[in-house]
Amino acid sequence: MIIKNGRVIDPASGRDAIADVWIEDGLIRGVGQNFSGDDAFDATGMIVAPGFIDMHVHLREPGFEHAETIESGSRAAAAGGFTSICPMPNTSPVNDNATVTSYIVEKARRHAIVNVWPIGAITKGSAGEELASIGSMKQAGAVAISDDGRPVMNARVMRRAMESARSFGVPVINHCEDLHLSAGGDMHEGFESVRLGLRGIPGCSEDVMVARDILLAEVTGAQYHVAHISSRHSVEMVAFAKARGLNVSAEATPHHFALADTDMAPYDSNFKMKPPLRSHCDVDAVAAGVVSGAVDAIATDHAPHPGSEKMQEFEKCPFGILGLETAIGIALEYLVHPGKIGVRKMVELFTTGPARILGLDRGTLSPGAIADLTIFSMDREWTYDVNKSFSKSRNSPFDGRTFKGGPVATVVSGRVVWQA
Amino acid sequence: MPEGLLGTEHLSREDAQAILDRARDFQPRRDPASRKLDILRGRMVVNLFFEASTRTRTSFEIAAKRLGADTISITAQASSVSKGESLVDTLNTLAAMRPDAIVMRHAASGAPHFLQRHLDTPIINAGDGTHEHPTQALLDARTILDRGASLEGLRVAIIGDIAHSRVARSDVYLFSKFGANVILCGPASLLPKELENIAPRVSLTTDLDEAITDADVIMMLRVQFERQHETPFPADEYFRFYGLRLEHLKLARPHAIVMHPGPINRGREISSEVADSQRSVILNQVENGIAVRMAVLERVLS
Repeated sequence: MIIKNGRVIDPASGRDAIADVWIEDGLIRGVGQNFSGDDAFDATGMIVAPGFIDMHVHLREPGFEHAETIESGSRAAAAGGFTSICPMPNTSPVNDNATVTSYIVEKARRHAIVNVWPIGAITKGSAGEELASIGSMKQAGAVAISDDGRPVMNARVMRRAMESARSFGVPVINHCEDLHLSAGGDMHEGFESVRLGLRGIPGCSEDVMVARDILLAEVTGAQYHVAHISSRHSVEMVAFAKARGLNVSAEATPHHFALADTDMAPYDSNFKMKPPLRSHCDVDAVAAGVVSGAVDAIATDHAPHPGSEKMQEFEKCPFGILGLETAIGIALEYLVHPGKIGVRKMVELFTTGPARILGLDRGTLSPGAIADLTIFSMDREWTYDVNKSFSKSRNSPFDGRTFKGGPVATVVSGRVVWQA
Repeated sequence: MPEGLLGTEHLSREDAQAILDRARDFQPRRDPASRKLDILRGRMVVNLFFEASTRTRTSFEIAAKRLGADTISITAQASSVSKGESLVDTLNTLAAMRPDAIVMRHAASGAPHFLQRHLDTPIINAGDGTHEHPTQALLDARTILDRGASLEGLRVAIIGDIAHSRVARSDVYLFSKFGANVILCGPASLLPKELENIAPRVSLTTDLDEAITDADVIMMLRVQFERQHETPFPADEYFRFYGLRLEHLKLARPHAIVMHPGPINRGREISSEVADSQRSVILNQVENGIAVRMAVLERVLS
C-alpha cells in the first residue's frame, strides 16, 4: 500500500514534509517521493503520522463487559486514530497476575483491531498491601504497573513496588490521590463545589501524592509516571523532578487541558471523573506543562460507564468519561489551533512520548518499523455524536461538539482498520 | 421548561418579592381562622421525601391543603426506591400519573436539578443535600420583614455548620439580593473561604462575638455532627465557642431577633434561655413556613 501525498510528520526521524509512505507486509518500506502501486490511499491535505498510542484506557474486560469489551474499546480507539492502547488493570478479576494478563493479550489478539498492551496491578487486587506478580506479568506482556483508581496509600508498599519495578524494568504509573484528603468528594474543591453543595476533591489530594512519589522515585531510582496530571502544583513538581534528573514523566488527558470546573453542566455526571475538572488556573497549568515539556504524553483515561450508572444522583454516579474518539479533535482545538504547540509537538505527545515511557517499539515511520499509522486532518469539520460511538457506553461531555480536524484513517500493521 | 422552584440563586428579586408579598395574605394574623381556600381545587401535589423530615413535609402538606389542592405524601422508606428503582424511574412513574407539581426533598445535592432535566412536571425543591432549601430562605425573609420594612442594609449573622447547610446557601442568595449584609460564622473547617464570593455583601469570620456585634438578625444553624464524614470540630467544645447564649445578645442591636430553621439542639448551638427568650422568633418562622409555601405553590401551579 502507498499512502500518497500526505504531510508526513515523523518525530523520531525529524521528518516533516509532503511525501508518500510505502507499506509492504505490514512494515514500513520507506518514506519518499513518487512511490506508486495498485493500492494507494490519497492523503492529500492530511497529516500522516506514526500510529497514536493511548497509554491510559479502561476496557472493562474481564468483568464489566456491559460497559466495554476489548473489542468495542479497540474499535473506539481505531475511530479515534489510535493504533495502540494500554488498558488499566481495574477489571474483575484485577489484572494482578500473569494469567489475567495472558487472557487480555489473547483476547486482544483475537478480537481487537488495534494493539493492546496491558498494564498490570501494583498490588494484589489493587488493595494496596501485597505486591502483585510484577515480573510474571511483564513476561506475559504487561508494559507498566499501576493501581489506577485505587492508589497505593502506604508509602512503604509504594517504595517496595518501585524497587521491584526497577528490577524488572517496568515503569510505575500512579493515579495520584490521597484518599483521605479526597474522601467523599465528587468534584474539584473550589468555588463551584461550594456553590453546588457538592463535596470537594482538593487539588492538594493530588499534590501530596505526587510529592511523595517523586521523593520515593529518587530514593529507589525507579521509572515513575504520573497519570492524568491535573493540578498546577503537580505540574510544577514534575518539572522539578525532571530538572533534578529523575526518571519521572507525566501524561495529561484532553479534558484536563480543555475543561474547567466552571464548564460543568450542573449535576451532569458526564462531567464527573477523577481527577476532577479543576480550576481555570489548573487547566492553564496543565496546558503550559504540555508546552514546556513537563507533560510527556496525552492519554485519554477512556472510562466507559453504562447509562444506568451515569443516570443517577450526581454523588452516586461513578467517575469517568469516554475519551478515545475525541482526543485528537480536542488536542487540535485547545493546543494546536490556539498556537500553544505545533502539530509536530502534538504528534510527539501521542507517539514518541508514550512509546518512550513504556519502551514500545512503536511511534516511528523508519524503514522496517511495524506499519502503524494515524492519518488525520487539521481542518475537516466534524461533529461528535456519542450515540454513534463504537464504545458500548455513552458518557461523554463532548457529545454534540463540532471540532475542526480529527482522525481520517487508522492503519495497524499495514491494514486500514478504520476510515472516516 | 416548567417553572418550579429549585433554588434562590436564580430567583429574581422581583419574583421573590412577589412571593413574599403574597405570603402575607396567607399569614394567620390576616386570616386567624385559617380558612380553607379553593385556589388550587382539583390540582394535585405530590410530596416526595427521600429524606426524613417532619416540619417541612407537614408544612408543605398543610399549605397545599389550605389552598384546596389534593396532596399525596410519599416517603422513601415506603416507596419503590427501597426496591432498587432508580430515581429517574420513580419520578417518571409519578409524572405519568400527571400531578401538577412535585415537592421534593432529597439527600443528594442537585437531585431535583438532575430530575428537572428529564421531567416536565414542575419541581419545588424542599431541600437538596447541602445545596439549597429555597422555601426556608423565603420564610426566613418573610419573618425578618414582619419586623421591619426591608432587608436593605440589615446585618444578618448566620452561625454554625455553614459548609453543610442548604439553608445558609439559600439565605445568602436571597438576603443578598435584597441588600442585606450577611456575616457567615463558624469554625474554619465548616466555613469554606469560597463562600465570600458566592454573593455580594457576604463576609466570613470564625469569631462568634465579631459575627454577632451589631447584628440585626442572628440565625443559628444546627450542627450535624452525625451527618459529617469526619469530625471537623471537637463536638465537646462546640457550644463553648459557637453556642449562642444570653450574654451574646448584648453585643447585637437592641431589637435583634434570633432565628433557627430547626430542629434545634438545645445546649449544642443554642442555649435554652435564648431559644425561649423574647428575642426568639423560631415559632414565627414555622408559621410563616405555611404562608410562604402557599404562595409558592400558588405561583407554581397557576
